[in-house]
Amino acid sequence: MNGELGAWGAMIAVVGGAIRVSTPYLYVSLGETLTEKSGRVNLGLEGTLVMGAMSGYAIAYLTGSPWLGVLVAGAIGAGFGLLHAVVCSLPRVNDIAVGIALFLFGTGLAFFLGKPYIQPSAPRLHHLALGWWSASPQIRVALEINALFVAGIVLALALRFILAGTRWGLVVRTVGDNADAARALGYSLRGVRTLATMAGGFLAGVGGSFLSLYYPGTWNEGLSSGQGLMAIALVIFARWNPIHCFWVSLLFGAATALGPALQSIGYTSNYYLFNAAPYVLTLGLLVWSSSPRHALLGAPSELTISK
Amino acid sequence: MRGAAWAETAAISAAALLAALGVFGGFVALRGLNPLDVYAALVAGGFGSWFSLEETLTQAAPIMLTALCTALPARAGLLVIGGEGALVVGGVATVLAGVNLGGLPPPLALALMCLAGALGGGLWVGVAGALRHWRGVNETIATLLLNYIAIAVMNHLVAGPIRDFGQVLKPASWAIGERLMIGTIPATGIHWGLVFGIVACVVTWVLMRHTIVGFAVDVVGGNVRAAQIVGLPIGAIVLATTVLGGAAAGLAGAIEVVAVHGFASSSLVVGYGYAGILVAFLARQNPLAVIAVAVLLGGITASGGLLQRRFGLPDAATLVLEGLLFIALLAANTLYGRWRRA
Repeated sequence: MNGELGAWGAMIAVVGGAIRVSTPYLYVSLGETLTEKSGRVNLGLEGTLVMGAMSGYAIAYLTGSPWLGVLVAGAIGAGFGLLHAVVCSLPRVNDIAVGIALFLFGTGLAFFLGKPYIQPSAPRLHHLALGWWSASPQIRVALEINALFVAGIVLALALRFILAGTRWGLVVRTVGDNADAARALGYSLRGVRTLATMAGGFLAGVGGSFLSLYYPGTWNEGLSSGQGLMAIALVIFARWNPIHCFWVSLLFGAATALGPALQSIGYTSNYYLFNAAPYVLTLGLLVWSSSPRHALLGAPSELTISK
Repeated sequence: MRGAAWAETAAISAAALLAALGVFGGFVALRGLNPLDVYAALVAGGFGSWFSLEETLTQAAPIMLTALCTALPARAGLLVIGGEGALVVGGVATVLAGVNLGGLPPPLALALMCLAGALGGGLWVGVAGALRHWRGVNETIATLLLNYIAIAVMNHLVAGPIRDFGQVLKPASWAIGERLMIGTIPATGIHWGLVFGIVACVVTWVLMRHTIVGFAVDVVGGNVRAAQIVGLPIGAIVLATTVLGGAAAGLAGAIEVVAVHGFASSSLVVGYGYAGILVAFLARQNPLAVIAVAVLLGGITASGGLLQRRFGLPDAATLVLEGLLFIALLAANTLYGRWRRA
């Protein structure tokens, strides 16, 4: 674009990119936090994300209303959550394997149904221009913020409050930490986990619709590059805390935005290597937060990935 | 009771297959197609003629090897899904070996190239095994991330450091040259990868079923506490199964290079690794069953073209069927032991 701001330009682009790119991470990680708090892992959220992106785009194109698209994407995500919960509630079925199956099924189905929507252009979500005070076009672009991002922050705070301070949160945590105790208290493990997985799927679907309706703002088969999977690893690093999910999502957004930001100031070598940055970061954080001697800190004890 | 156990597995797997086909039939019916026509095309496209059978077996070859990448560590209780990344790393390693060893006599150079591919894939997935054992890192998520890292690294290499600028259609690596390509099995259009796949599955089966090592692996997978008490080297076993599994997938990448493409490019990333996961689960992690199931999956993949031409179905139709099959199969796990005393 221009080189007059130099390194500052890249910094601003990274911050702006982080805000833009982090939203899907945020929604998927909040959803997965809720699901995992109830003691179940949904590794299929990548598939849910792609289904949400496709269905949100298709509905926005067909009805002209992007917000209806967001809603339908969430509903379809909840449907995938329900499917996961129902299959997992059968005895002797491994939730991680079901997640992998739903990941493959979700992406396959989205490509199958989404073929006709690759060409047409759907109305996109609008943004709030929070950079009106600045004369610099870069800062103005960086501070174009989508309402879903703001809603995500509110959601993180709300989820934190619900999990820590309400009766519902306590029930979810009991089911996830000590299934026997929850059963003895008369709560339905199946019911609580089904609702938690559906809510998680809803959020992942909404996160997917952000991809297709705002940034990058188009639907194609290469739209998601594993954001749904990284968000699941992100939850481990965030120690199942919704507020931490927000900060870690921003960090991941920054890592993802690094390559394009450097490219925008003319530094194009090693572009593909920078694409690996978020995955390397995820793996590094995962190695750092794991320990061979004890289960993951803060993990719900009924969780299969932390045992 | 082995016969009864075998019959139970066959019956339950067949039921899952029928259920998945049923739901898939509903899908295509929604598009106004007659499900029976689509089923007929699935069979015809995969197994209906010598030509389609050749295509099926060509597709099945790499899937057998990537399935071992999931099936082998699964016996030690690990859920590894890194076949896609190991295949890519194996393919790149094979190209690098090929362009450096071009002076050697072709049989020797080819052997070393395949070894390089297997070694590359083995070390790649072995990293996840080592992280699992010594850092407690979840191997499922680690191998998934390694898939994306492998693809990004390959994209980086073929976009610059090892790019062949003569290739204009899409970025590709240097070619290994016609001299180092292996041909097809005589009198067929099937490349030699099929032989590699079958041999690898049989060797793995013998190793797992008929040696003390295989028994030790099963003990670790069945009960880690028991393995600790009898003093089995758990770290070595975890590492060995992940390295061998990765080596199988790396070999798949090597074969894709020496038998199909002749260079590394994004053509290596076509989902063989993910199909392998499905095959390993369908085969219940049994290496011999992997051969048969990979042929079935290869047939479904091969029929994608016919479904597209005859009915205008998107090429992702086979992915939908595979996904349904996977879900049905996992759900069917719940049926085991209902009619049979253990």
